[in-house]
Amino acid sequence: MSDTRLLAADGTPLKRKLAQSLFRTKLRTFGLVCPLLALIISAFVIPIVFMLSASVYDDRYASLMPKSTIAVSEWDGESPVTEDMAAAMVADLIIAKEQKTIGRVANRVNREFSGATSLFKSTARSAKKFEPPYLEALENKDKKWQNIEMWQAIKVASKTYTLGYVANALDMRVKATGGFEPQDELRQIHITLFMRTIEISFIVTVACLLLGYPVAYLMANLPLRTSNLLLILVLMPFWTSLLVRTTAWIAMLQGQGVMNDLFVVFGLATDDDRFSLIYNKTGTLIAMTHIMLPFMIMPLYSVMKTISPAYVRAAKSMGATNWTAFWRVYFPQSIPGIGAGSLLVFILAIGYYITPALVGGQDGQMISNIIDFHMRRSLNWNLAAALGLVLLVFVLFFFWIYDRVVGIDNMKLG
Amino acid sequence: MASDMPFVRYENVQKSYDGESLVVKNLNLDIQKGEFVTMLGPSGSGKTTCLMMLAGFETATYGDILLDGKPINNIPPHRRGIGMVFQNYALFPHMTVNENLAFPLTVRKMSKADSEAKVRRALEMVQMVEFGDRKPAQLSGGQQQRIALARALVFEPELVLMDEPLGALDKQLREHMQYEIKHIHESLGVTVVYVTHDQSEALTMSNRIAVFNDGIVQQLADPVTLYERPDNAFVAQFIGENNTLVGHVDTISGKKVTVDLGENGKIQATRVVDVAKGDKTTLSIRPERIAFSDKVVRGKVSMPAQVMELIYLGDHIRCRMNVAGNDEFIAKIPNSNKPIALSPGNKGYVSWNIDDCRALDYS
Repeated sequence: MSDTRLLAADGTPLKRKLAQSLFRTKLRTFGLVCPLLALIISAFVIPIVFMLSASVYDDRYASLMPKSTIAVSEWDGESPVTEDMAAAMVADLIIAKEQKTIGRVANRVNREFSGATSLFKSTARSAKKFEPPYLEALENKDKKWQNIEMWQAIKVASKTYTLGYVANALDMRVKATGGFEPQDELRQIHITLFMRTIEISFIVTVACLLLGYPVAYLMANLPLRTSNLLLILVLMPFWTSLLVRTTAWIAMLQGQGVMNDLFVVFGLATDDDRFSLIYNKTGTLIAMTHIMLPFMIMPLYSVMKTISPAYVRAAKSMGATNWTAFWRVYFPQSIPGIGAGSLLVFILAIGYYITPALVGGQDGQMISNIIDFHMRRSLNWNLAAALGLVLLVFVLFFFWIYDRVVGIDNMKLG
Repeated sequence: MASDMPFVRYENVQKSYDGESLVVKNLNLDIQKGEFVTMLGPSGSGKTTCLMMLAGFETATYGDILLDGKPINNIPPHRRGIGMVFQNYALFPHMTVNENLAFPLTVRKMSKADSEAKVRRALEMVQMVEFGDRKPAQLSGGQQQRIALARALVFEPELVLMDEPLGALDKQLREHMQYEIKHIHESLGVTVVYVTHDQSEALTMSNRIAVFNDGIVQQLADPVTLYERPDNAFVAQFIGENNTLVGHVDTISGKKVTVDLGENGKIQATRVVDVAKGDKTTLSIRPERIAFSDKVVRGKVSMPAQVMELIYLGDHIRCRMNVAGNDEFIAKIPNSNKPIALSPGNKGYVSWNIDDCRALDYS
């Protein structure tokens, strides 16, 4: 008898019996979460997957300019342009002109080589009249066709699967011969923005922690009546529109605003030399710290609520001063709250949009503002997706660091 | 003079939290060095408040608390040098057992070697040496209790306070720990002030017990006196089991009084508190001092009784009877080798010695 499985009273294996009896419960549980699951999948997971795929997938050139796509893909990107490539290009341009897709093609190439839009459109207009040799005809039409970088840009644009956008998001670009090179210095803005985003998020997190910790401590230790009042005050901002709160800060901080008026009254500033507290990084920091504060206080409070006052008393009875009792006994026990609050605030801040858009001015813009710019103004969704992808990787990276340092199990949200 | 001073003295101490009612009303209590004193009382009787005032976590609204002859009202808790065991142990969850025990030593800036030796000795005392590297959450309730005890003693305080330290343990473990605490107290000679609402715990461990009720010490005495000669009805009721009969004082002669129980006749009792003729009084008789028989017993006080209910408890039989109109009259009948044939409905007599029946105040 090697079979040592346990059997239920009727002879079926116990495991199967258990699975059967649990099936109904599981089915009911699934039924309960089903609507939400469907909503999340259709409104969250699918769009995200779709959007993120745009960061590495772009078939506009390849699908609209099939002949030249094949021709440039056979080219090594360095040797002189061949007549075959030129012939394929002219043939594609004629079709693109007829099907009115030339605008999209031109737009795509222009992302790799500025000035390509007008070149493609004007060349396509007269492409029908070209006679072989086509290379000469192209170069006669516009000198830009002599520029090998133009053709390299076409080669890069013709790739359906490309790391070009991700590279772009990191201030790099793909070379036609393969590999990456740094972006032109004038166009290097993303790394600076990412660093600024992380810096602002970090400062906001630390500021929220420093401001929120004492409040959470009071809330957890005051008598119920007082702490409830504090809780309402902390939660009040949640009941006010985010937009209203942000514009309130504009009224507070602007040049002729309340704060500056007070500074002038108390002689901290002169009337014609007021502090610029808004439409810059300072404005973003102040407004975001205020908006994020409840997200820090609530996890801290829920953790501190569970720390019995007996611990601090015990520490004092053993000879610890107030400070020692706090630092060695209370504070370590509040770390799960600090971790949860900081992670929450940091991750919310790193993708924050409305507040920096309204009060950030020039140097208070964050990465989400440039993503918005590419989504709505430049309509370069692929680059927007790539920026989003990099942001997501950043968040996951910080999540991983947090797990290594504090431990994800060591987190309490409530 | 200082040698005559008690180690701990509460002097006219009053405590109020809201300014409207007193939680502790005029407490006077002296505790000698090396004594084990228990503050016993129902919840809300002010006993924990008294302990917290001694520890320094509450301030007395009025009056002085003296430690070793010096008033300590203005000394913060961390400079009082008093060890304390808390109700739920308050072991620091983020530290190991060793770190917990070393805490009071490191805050005193003791050298590492000294501190390690002391921690080890303290762990040996509670037989927990092999658990030094565990976290409190990995210990059972009884083990945590031992560690809490060791932690309160490791810095060698002269006074240790314990606030219902055994409340969270099951009955058997609790009894075991009672003996252990008692033995540690005896071997170290520290002064212990212990708070509990469990009277058997108090009787087991204490040199003296202060029975609290309503913010007042009702009686302060050693366990034997407290049980055998309670001063008033509350103490009699609170310590051990107790049968009560209510009547009026009829005549007083020396240490004896005759009490008129109305239609149930008059019986003799021992006089304890100052009662005057005609006063209402509560008679208190312990259940184990009551015998049940078919006839009136000579030389004892006897009263007719009817058995209502019998509960078999192994070592004794608990017999609920109706005596003088009181349905809740309990007698404990020892389970000897000649069992008495009793059944509900039986009629007979309960009898006791006059010394065992004490006339107390009416409350």
